[in-house]
Amino acid sequence: MKLSTTILAAAVIAAGTAKAEPVAPGEVQFGDYGGIAESLTGKAGDPENGAKVMKTKSIGNCISCHKVTALSDAPFHGEVGPSLDGVADRWEEAQVRGIVTNAKMTFPGTIMPAYYKTEGFTRPGKAFTGKAAEEPLPPLLTAQQIEDVVAFLMTLSEE
Amino acid sequence: MRMQAKAAIAAALIAAPGLASADPDDDTLIVNGEIEMTTKTSAPEHMSDTYIDTIMSGWHFRSDETQALQMDDFDNSGMIFVDTGRAQWEQVEGSEGNSCASCHEDPADSMKGVRATYPKWDPEAEEVQTVAMQINDCRTENMGAEPYGYTSTEMANMEALIAVQSRGMPVDVKIDGPAREMWEKGKDLYYTRTGQLELSCANCHEDNYGNMIRADHLSQGQINGFPTYRLKNAKLNTVHARFKGCVRDTRAETYKPGSDAFVALELYVASRGNGLSVEGPSVRN
Repeated sequence: MKLSTTILAAAVIAAGTAKAEPVAPGEVQFGDYGGIAESLTGKAGDPENGAKVMKTKSIGNCISCHKVTALSDAPFHGEVGPSLDGVADRWEEAQVRGIVTNAKMTFPGTIMPAYYKTEGFTRPGKAFTGKAAEEPLPPLLTAQQIEDVVAFLMTLSEE
Repeated sequence: MRMQAKAAIAAALIAAPGLASADPDDDTLIVNGEIEMTTKTSAPEHMSDTYIDTIMSGWHFRSDETQALQMDDFDNSGMIFVDTGRAQWEQVEGSEGNSCASCHEDPADSMKGVRATYPKWDPEAEEVQTVAMQINDCRTENMGAEPYGYTSTEMANMEALIAVQSRGMPVDVKIDGPAREMWEKGKDLYYTRTGQLELSCANCHEDNYGNMIRADHLSQGQINGFPTYRLKNAKLNTVHARFKGCVRDTRAETYKPGSDAFVALELYVASRGNGLSVEGPSVRN
């Protein structure tokens, strides 16, 4: 029984992959509490790449604000956001995906930037040039990078 | 009585040496062994709707090594630019045969207290003016000279020369009367979340001062120390150049130095430092 469910799930994922189009930033479906149930890419994330995204300044730069003991090979973890140690024990994957995608859907007013949002900004700029840019902007992370970060965060269990 | 209060405060500080490393420190800033700076004081009344009850100079958020550079003018690289500013002060330029000194003579007398009250409403121009705007008005109107670029080296030098005459005096910008409209505009801007990162001034400098963001220690974003010599770029920095850098870092289209928006923001941010000492030229990271 369990086996057949797994096979079925695999078949669904395979079907999703065949379509191969990630959910567009404007099409993301958030739940009532800001979570996102389904993978944005229909594929599993790569936790190893997620770790890289999180600690690289020019990509996710997550450690700029969050302490993550598992990433302590990279220096200077910030204190603006909460520590992410044990985050997988506190949150469901859907909620983690929602927070990484657009944390304001979970925590209205949070300082945390939305990593998969392309429109609706005040004075949108072209990256860090200070010059104006037309919306839609490229999202801060790609759908796959979001999934990779989510996959990495779901490995942060202390139990 | 006053003595006792001081002793009690000192005792309390000694009793609590183990402050978390990221908190602002409790050091005392005395420049050249003689100018006692007020670097922490009660927040002005208009900030009663914020979480901040004590306003603090950015000096408290820097390392002991960086702090020491501002305690003696021989170590303060910003003072080099005060000297250059003084040479500019004496320099005759423009069609009218004037220098700054032609009218204002010794800046130690004529410019004393000026930095502390700017930006302020100019009734003749009928607008809020910054020190930089005044400098350029003098150049174009009274000297017949070209204006300095708003954030140029020459402007920073001249601002440093003017600021240093008020060192140790309390910032005291007026926010009522005709300046109120610009002040309100500046306040709106302070709380507006700009750019793709959707960050306002307040997100970092009101809600998160004292916290580390990467290797940077977030301050309250006070501007009483401007112009500021930054070790990061090894030059004197004007406040509008710093504002521009901050807005750029939110991945936003910046405002222009000297624009109404930044003049309003300067007035508002300066008013959040009412009561702190003028420190310019200060030294920061």
